[in-house]
Amino acid sequence: MVAEIDAITAQILPSTDGPGAREAGVIYFIDRALATFDSDLRDAYRVGMAEIQQKRKAMFPASASIAGLTNERQIGLIHAIESTEFFELLRTHTLYGFLGHPSYGGNRGRAGWELIGFEDRMAFEPPFGYYDAQDGGK
Amino acid sequence: MSGAKFRPSDPVDFLVIGAGSSGGVMAKELATAGFRVVVLEQGPYLTEQAYTHDEIKYTYQAGLTNDPKVQPITYRKNESEPAKRIKAIEYGRQVGGGSVHFTANYWRFHESDFQERSQFGEVPGAGLADWPIQYKDLEPYYTKAEYELGISGLAGANPFEAPRSKPYPLPPMPVKSSGVLFDRAAKKLGLHPYPAPVAILSQPYQGRGACVHCGFCESFGCEMRAKSSTLVSVIPIAEKTGRCEIRPNSYVRKIETDARGRATGAVYFDSNRREVFQRAKAVVLCANGAETARLLLLSKSKLSPQGLANSSGLVGKYLMWDNGGFASGWFEHPLNEYKSIQATRVIHDYYRADPKRGFYGGGGIDARFDYYPASFALHGMPPDAPKWGGEYKQMLSAYFTHTMGVLAHSSSLAKIENSISLDPEVKDSWGLPAVRVTYDYHPDDVATLKWLLTKQVEILQAAGAKKVWTTGISVEEVMPSRHLMGTCRMGDDPKQSVVDRYNRAHDVANLWIVDGSCFVTSGRQQPTATIQALAYRAADFAIRGAKA
Repeated sequence: MVAEIDAITAQILPSTDGPGAREAGVIYFIDRALATFDSDLRDAYRVGMAEIQQKRKAMFPASASIAGLTNERQIGLIHAIESTEFFELLRTHTLYGFLGHPSYGGNRGRAGWELIGFEDRMAFEPPFGYYDAQDGGK
Repeated sequence: MSGAKFRPSDPVDFLVIGAGSSGGVMAKELATAGFRVVVLEQGPYLTEQAYTHDEIKYTYQAGLTNDPKVQPITYRKNESEPAKRIKAIEYGRQVGGGSVHFTANYWRFHESDFQERSQFGEVPGAGLADWPIQYKDLEPYYTKAEYELGISGLAGANPFEAPRSKPYPLPPMPVKSSGVLFDRAAKKLGLHPYPAPVAILSQPYQGRGACVHCGFCESFGCEMRAKSSTLVSVIPIAEKTGRCEIRPNSYVRKIETDARGRATGAVYFDSNRREVFQRAKAVVLCANGAETARLLLLSKSKLSPQGLANSSGLVGKYLMWDNGGFASGWFEHPLNEYKSIQATRVIHDYYRADPKRGFYGGGGIDARFDYYPASFALHGMPPDAPKWGGEYKQMLSAYFTHTMGVLAHSSSLAKIENSISLDPEVKDSWGLPAVRVTYDYHPDDVATLKWLLTKQVEILQAAGAKKVWTTGISVEEVMPSRHLMGTCRMGDDPKQSVVDRYNRAHDVANLWIVDGSCFVTSGRQQPTATIQALAYRAADFAIRGAKA
């Protein structure tokens, strides 16, 4: 099941143009979340993943796993489930795993923060951005 | 964490329930006036050492707020719908309460806020009423709050503000890029932008250091003690008197009364879920607009079968909501809005209700950014952007540092149908009935939200945004409501209100109700300054009464 979840999170944030969910260790974050503060969501994962597998079998009868699908087929499968409640949960976990604090196992090497341009610092000084610098902090 | 220790069997002078924005002020005022005070707080006693920049803990796991897994909230739009488990309301749940995790906007009400019924007239389908007090009654206490807590701002910069007896104790915070863009655009449109007044220190004050612009204000506790919560400002003063005991992890289930109907103390669950009865000569209820109403409804007795202080039947009624629509803009150059406080510029040009518009309502509008990395990725992107995939990932990297928001803080009409009540089925983990929220907009609230949204978009366009988008304004999209107002309305007539003009319960001579629940109107949100000014005022009169 781990490789299957990993395959979906890697489509939510792919590894093209720099690190994605896989390189950031999102799967380790999900594992930690389901073992601790989100342990009440384990059933949602079990049921949700079973439904995605059924969808996969219906769409691609010859396939054996999500991870084994081609890139295009994985994208097609996610389009088919993207409006489900479970996909929203997966997306939420993927984004918290990618952009949340690295102490939870995700955001490895602060890959998520680097991508979006967030500097993790305790203190900043003005000017903070282009426009307040233009105004000289007035 | 020091102060006195009292035995529950020993009746203290005042028992304060809730150690938040108002409870902290009440505790300090009463203890420094010489009274013995116990403060019961349902949440833990955390200090700045416990706070971190951990978005998973504070925005995802309700680290500083009511946790629906333990304390479920149910919600329904109206009485005919079944209530469903939804976190419709949110409040601070630790010593310091909401003043710990709030964004720290600190707006005074305007003079007109206290007399809108007289000035605007009746609004069909709403319980719009005048306050029994006026702005001038509260002005000295706003000033006291600003000086005791530490508020930064620029007096006179807002041409619409009510008269004030003193300037702010601290200069305004440095402007951010969102503030500069908002300022330029608003002036271009003939509006009057001014520096946001905030409960955050722009300079060192009373032994606390100035803000270092880390950016983690909203939903987070301040590691620098620069956010002027009651936790770091007045609660330490209360404890230093040696007459005030803050008792955390104390979850009150009932206010007890004697045969004459006077409050005698409160029963609470301690951290081991053991029941304790703390005796007191007087009780001050500061548990927020939702929990205050619930506790009164739970405190039934032979004399008050429909709940304590509820002879009017209005406890829990006239709940007002945290109304406001959100518009966002994407700009060519980096704003880096994740740095420093959330909002630095505001306009009050659209504040006042004007019958010429054809509906009741108004609002303040500020330039802000209240997203963190993950919450931005989840909720801060344009609605037409993809939700996943390579293009989504690229957009995240282009948008996070280049986006700002413009938020309206708009009026919420009091309707008798909107309420806090006891859920007949759902229980919290202590076995007490859950808070049931019944809320739907008044049509004029919707008209106001829509009208303000056009103004917000106009400002972003005038600021030169390359792309502008808005988020939905349905009740579901605006929740959870964090401004809990109106469930124990203040008034002179005991049949039409729950507390008198000094925040004392009409029905119970030794019970004060001092939090957002006493609000008659919502102002334009940002209720904390008014809640705290009312607390200073209520304490002043309670002390005079007790000493007389």
